[in-house]
Amino acid sequence: MAQSAAGKSNKEQKYDRQLRLWGDHGQEALENAHVCLINATATGTEILKNLVLPGIGAFTIVDGHKVTGEDVGNNFFLSISSIGKNRAQAATELLQELNSDVSGNFVEESPDKLLDNDPEFFHRFSLVIGVQLIESTCLRLAGVLWNAGVPFLVCKTYGLVGYMRLAVKEHTVVESHPDNALEDLRLDQPFAELKNHIQSYDLDNMDKKDHSHTPWIIVVAKYLEKWYNEHNYQLPKNYKEKEAFRQLIREGILKNENGVAEDEENFEEAIKNVNTALNPTKIPSTVQDILNAEGWKNITAQTPAFWVMARAVKEFVENEGEGKLPVRGTIPDMIADSEKFINLQNVYREKAMQDASVVSKHVESLLQSVGKVCVYKSKKKCKNAAFLRVVRCRSLADECSVELVNKDEITSCMDNPDSEMVLYLMLRSVDRFFQQHSRYPGVYNYQVEEDIGKLKLCVNSLLQEYGLNVNVKDDYIHEFCRYGANAIKMITHQFVPFNNTFIYNAMSQTSATFQL
Amino acid sequence: MNLLLFSLFREKKRRRIEELAQSQKKAVDGGNEDSQDWDGRWNHVKKFLERSGPFTHPDFEPSTESLQFLLESCKILVIGAGGLGCELLKNLALSGFRKIHIVDMDTIDVSNLNRQFLFRPKDVGRPKADVAADFINSRVPGCNVVPHFKKIQVFDESFYRQFHIIVCGLDSIIARRWINGMLMSLLIYEGGVLDTSTIIPLIDGGTEGFKGNARVVLPGMTACIDCTLELYPPQINFPMCTIATMPRLPEHCIEYVHILQWPKEKPFGDGVALDGDDPQHIQWVFQRSQERAAQFNITGVTYRLTQGVVKRIIPAVASTNAVIAAACASEVFKIASSTYIPLNNYLVFNDVDGLYTYTFEAERKENCSACSQVPHDLQFPSSAKLQDVLDYLIESTALQMKSPAITATMEGKNKTLYLQTVASIEERTRPNLCRTLKELGLTDGQELAVADVTTPQTVLFRLNYTS
Repeated sequence: MAQSAAGKSNKEQKYDRQLRLWGDHGQEALENAHVCLINATATGTEILKNLVLPGIGAFTIVDGHKVTGEDVGNNFFLSISSIGKNRAQAATELLQELNSDVSGNFVEESPDKLLDNDPEFFHRFSLVIGVQLIESTCLRLAGVLWNAGVPFLVCKTYGLVGYMRLAVKEHTVVESHPDNALEDLRLDQPFAELKNHIQSYDLDNMDKKDHSHTPWIIVVAKYLEKWYNEHNYQLPKNYKEKEAFRQLIREGILKNENGVAEDEENFEEAIKNVNTALNPTKIPSTVQDILNAEGWKNITAQTPAFWVMARAVKEFVENEGEGKLPVRGTIPDMIADSEKFINLQNVYREKAMQDASVVSKHVESLLQSVGKVCVYKSKKKCKNAAFLRVVRCRSLADECSVELVNKDEITSCMDNPDSEMVLYLMLRSVDRFFQQHSRYPGVYNYQVEEDIGKLKLCVNSLLQEYGLNVNVKDDYIHEFCRYGANAIKMITHQFVPFNNTFIYNAMSQTSATFQL
Repeated sequence: MNLLLFSLFREKKRRRIEELAQSQKKAVDGGNEDSQDWDGRWNHVKKFLERSGPFTHPDFEPSTESLQFLLESCKILVIGAGGLGCELLKNLALSGFRKIHIVDMDTIDVSNLNRQFLFRPKDVGRPKADVAADFINSRVPGCNVVPHFKKIQVFDESFYRQFHIIVCGLDSIIARRWINGMLMSLLIYEGGVLDTSTIIPLIDGGTEGFKGNARVVLPGMTACIDCTLELYPPQINFPMCTIATMPRLPEHCIEYVHILQWPKEKPFGDGVALDGDDPQHIQWVFQRSQERAAQFNITGVTYRLTQGVVKRIIPAVASTNAVIAAACASEVFKIASSTYIPLNNYLVFNDVDGLYTYTFEAERKENCSACSQVPHDLQFPSSAKLQDVLDYLIESTALQMKSPAITATMEGKNKTLYLQTVASIEERTRPNLCRTLKELGLTDGQELAVADVTTPQTVLFRLNYTS
């Protein structure tokens, strides 16, 4: 991307605030994506708005309904002049208008018809979002998308309850951007170049200025050497030992002629960081799982890039890495003079680059063994090796099958009868109601009373069918008769999506995530 | 808290509905004949207002008049027409609110367009409030948004008093504290008891990247903005010695050029301040930052980073604003309609890893400088200098004042001890900073009045000598 002001494109300016979150490569992924929305309800158009504004490549709305007065009342992307028109077409116009970079399309057809006549229509999308789908259509579509490997996001809003369900066999994340990641300092197992660099310091024979501006990483390393000599080469393990180690460092603070400790902020930083700096270097369990994943043990020409990389990283770990991941290469800022800091930073950076190129060689030879040439950059994945994540969401078919339903999760959540899980059960019951009565409960005022009873029957039959021994309070049944109805992460493969059901309760402003 | 609030609100509503009935307006199903409503328009709202339910507020009574109140009487003030403001206007307009005022002092920039969806490329340079109001008024027939292209501080109590509820989508803690203070100043206490009809609920939303929060403040009853100042993360300011002599990060190099080199070299003329929105200014800073970085072998200075550091840019995306604005708008609806018990009182949202929300009740601070009615104690030895008091007012996490002006009543007269914001007074009062409190003639138990940008009212402090 151009660096100077003159070269800064209009798009870069427009997207500046979001580029700072997911970078140019993330934006590229977004611009190459084509999303399908089924049903341009208020919820549906709201979701699309949040994809169109940041510049998704294209969207297609599938909707067989005609716009009603009620639709226009709660949907910002429909106007009075659209009443009677096809809803997909009407919404596309006003959504398209939000961002000229995006290409908007519509199909005036119900999803059921498309599933009957041309199910492969859905294969072209990066993501399909289904809003206010009736259960039977939802399950049919879910089956098609699951087999085609297209991620499916189901959304429902019903009164003050929101529901989202993500169904994808496997979603890989390279840049998960964790909030509070621990640093990769290798103080417990310093690599050769780090060892040499540490050797180059002689804390006992430095002038005051240098002593006070030595990076805390070096300080900790030096005192660790002292500690090792007196403790049989064992790291300080428990609180008592870490306290003693901190004290050891504290005694190293220079004193003035009156024996009073000088103000050495770098030593204070060292003491503060002892707790985390001495964490043994190890591979996080989430990454272990990825490296040992069964499904990708054998690399073929069809293996996705993520798994080829994972295999290459695994080979690195088992050979050159000596049981450790490639060095991340970053260090936090710390009190130090510029030269000392930059030199130390470069030691880590150069090692990281070295490790990354070793991993690249593994990638190359893996690909060669299946007759492919390496075309992608591995540096980003190496830097993020500790943050790799894989999310696997169960299929809707499994969630709804009597044999595979997640009884344990549901029953244990319902120990608290006001858990958001009850809202999930209500939504399932409402689907059942629709199946039986071809309408939702309580659409008209006169129906509300009677529908409470009918909905209760649906709740009970649902619980019985799945063998769920839980109690759904009548209050919730009443409430549902009253009502009368995490895409960007998937596309950029950054940040971690939820797995797999999210329920939002606007009455209490609370939410919960369940794996069903 | 809730019962009191709702009785007061419903009183206001009931009175207004009587007025409406007296003026003989017809209530047609779905709204007023003159109001451009069409069949079914408000169905989604009526289901909440006209039906009873098990989770509604204990005081709630379903009626067709609630919708009328929303459509015809309820007056909402939205502060900020940016990421949150645009979403709030859309949500409120579609929920039936028609009397909406919006205040924003900014004009539209290209970088707003990725989320502030009421604006288009042709609107760049125009006032946000004006463009937002125009868009909503034309897209949602019957809605009457009144724009104010002004700073919130130019309005006084008479302006704010007219609103039933105030919603904020601000990007500044100072502004939040100011409006908080304004609403506190509207409260009337009679014999030490709060007159609840003087309460105007404040719904406050904030976002940053993938994180956000929404809260409900009932001035005088719940925790206010100042009660929870410590919740806000401190702004990152690099130490001067790092910037001046020992840079290590590209950010240090940029701040050096920004803070030290620019004032010295005045590259665009005398008295021309650095404008973070001027590409030429940023380009100048960028090039010099690269030079400085090269001197110290520091890599990583980019144009984007330069602009980010100079303007203290916070990353932003449409979806977070949509979520937080939706939560805020739900609360406005709940309070205006008394349908459900509102959020009590703080919601935190984060969707970096999955989707996470956390709701809790922030507690009132006993000695909150904004809402506690109790003069804040200042403990100092009589030998302390006025500078020490000034430093405390600025650095204390509970107060976090920006440029406080201190006055005391001595011998019946108001004496300004120190004031920074007017150059001539600053010069005159500067010597006081080095004087001790005793030398200045301040006695133990003396009341000091402090004014600051963070609050529209002066804050009273009581001086307590420790020695």
